[in-house]
Amino acid sequence: MLKLRIEKAPAPAWVRSVIPLFAILVTFIITLVFIVWVRVNPLHTYYYFLVAPFTSTVSMIELLVKATPLFLTGAAVAFAFRSGYYNIGAEGQLMAGAIMGAWLGVMLKGSTPWVALPVMIVGGFIGGVLWALIPALLRVKLKVDEVVTTLLMNSVIVYLVSYLLNGPWRDPISMWPQSPDIASSAMFFILLPRSRLHFGFILGMITIAVIWFVINRSGFGLKMRAAGSNATAARFAGVDIEKTILTTALVSGGIAGLAGVGEIAGVHFHLIQGFSSNLGYTGIVVATLGALNPLGVGIAALFMGLIETGSLTVSRALGVPVYLGQVVQATLMLVTLGMFILTGYRLKREG
Amino acid sequence: MNLGIEGIMLLGALVGFATTYQTGSLWLGVLAACLVGILAGLLMALMTVFIGVNQHVSGLGVTLFCTGLAYYAFRVIFGTPANPPQIQPFAQVEVLSGVSILGTILRQYPLTYYAILLVPIVWWVLYRTSFGLKIRAVGENPEAADAAGINVYGVRTVALMISGGFMGIGGAFITLSALGFFTFDIIAGRGWVCIALVIFANWNPIRVLWGSFIFGGVSSLQLRLQLTGINFPYEAFLVLPYIVTIIALTIANRNAAYPAALLKPYKRE
Repeated sequence: MLKLRIEKAPAPAWVRSVIPLFAILVTFIITLVFIVWVRVNPLHTYYYFLVAPFTSTVSMIELLVKATPLFLTGAAVAFAFRSGYYNIGAEGQLMAGAIMGAWLGVMLKGSTPWVALPVMIVGGFIGGVLWALIPALLRVKLKVDEVVTTLLMNSVIVYLVSYLLNGPWRDPISMWPQSPDIASSAMFFILLPRSRLHFGFILGMITIAVIWFVINRSGFGLKMRAAGSNATAARFAGVDIEKTILTTALVSGGIAGLAGVGEIAGVHFHLIQGFSSNLGYTGIVVATLGALNPLGVGIAALFMGLIETGSLTVSRALGVPVYLGQVVQATLMLVTLGMFILTGYRLKREG
Repeated sequence: MNLGIEGIMLLGALVGFATTYQTGSLWLGVLAACLVGILAGLLMALMTVFIGVNQHVSGLGVTLFCTGLAYYAFRVIFGTPANPPQIQPFAQVEVLSGVSILGTILRQYPLTYYAILLVPIVWWVLYRTSFGLKIRAVGENPEAADAAGINVYGVRTVALMISGGFMGIGGAFITLSALGFFTFDIIAGRGWVCIALVIFANWNPIRVLWGSFIFGGVSSLQLRLQLTGINFPYEAFLVLPYIVTIIALTIANRNAAYPAALLKPYKRE
């Protein structure tokens, strides 16, 4: 009789690099169930989902707009996870960056863009760093688990935003819970005429390139990866784990803050409730799908942008609820996670 | 640790509501919410117990999945109604009505009474039955538990399924008892508060009960303050459970009774 045994055997590198592609295939097979439920033709659905966005320039640009904050939140999450710091707080750090952006943007009335742009970028970064500071300090000084604290900080800032919008920042004329519009000089400039694609896209690209360099080519990246893969050994080799993790955690928060300031300065121009629509949590999906690798994160963010644009197209064309996009993203995340682990094993004939 | 709770509660809230809407039976709604919670627990078990994926990340994945699914299903079933569809929620039960203050305090929804009743039951199962002993053994030292002949995967799966069922009912409480309708932001971080609560209560079901009274009290206090019309930022109260938990985590961290194998996937070599 054929006897099978499961044994540990890391898959070759080329297999690992095509896992996300397989995961996409499996995901679309699983999500068939939900598409069949609304009685539409699955092939039509997938056409509108994955192909139709590429048939017009408008929707292709919209894809890039949707991907812009995800480059940054994905990069933020991947950067922290690589050093073994599970920053679940990108959502909150993004909002902190947005608060800073909304505040500075108003203060910068009358300044030139040459002054305003750097101030906005630095301000957004600092906002994210500040919001990441408490959980990071608690982790390195008192060994408090960062997953729970960063997660709770996300809820805290939701109420801070609500307080600002219902209190001091409420629009005095309309009484609408939104902050005043930022100065036009503080807005991120548009990259293509008559589109919504803004400077944040370039900021995202630069950030991805920089973290790629830091992780793979710098001495600090070596320490980061050591802390992430084997903290005990790294400590033995003389790496200051605490300092490494603290720095990584704060930079990760800052990158997420950049995503927030980008949404304010490039898309909304004021702070409103719920502007983020889970961009921080989607960043975790992006980082996972990109295998915590900066280049992978870039591709994954574009793919998530495609799914978000595609779900709007599907909804308009076939009346399938737009939330199909979120179901597909989450399924993709779970499938990818599972496949990365499962390919670490292989079946072997026994005897 | 199951960070799927936020999404599982939302899915339970929706499934419970939709079932009651279609069948007219509140208890069928509770049952359906429980079943979908068990299924979500099974999904979590598949990811973390059998495949061995990082628990935080897969928990968040489960939350995102259940949230998306609940929104999607709501749109598929109810479309985009101008007014949210309504059901007749559970009526409150009068215990000792007439006794002034005590009567008011004890006028509660039936699910509230079952939830309070559940606390000693869970405590008894965890600390006085052999199944509870297995659960705790697997949580503290899976290797030793396995050597003692306990099926680690099985126990963890069953535990996740039971807790998923509770989460589903917890979500359904909000639609079927408190509100009688479903909206998208219905859970609003309550799942995260539960995670906070368990840590705050040191994994002890009895302390969870006291903790939930405190957290619930703070939340209803801020509602009262809002109703009085005093101009006071009510967000300051809503934020308290999170801040208290962060502080409690910090203080208690040195002697926290974390199960030793928390967050550690177990792989038989």
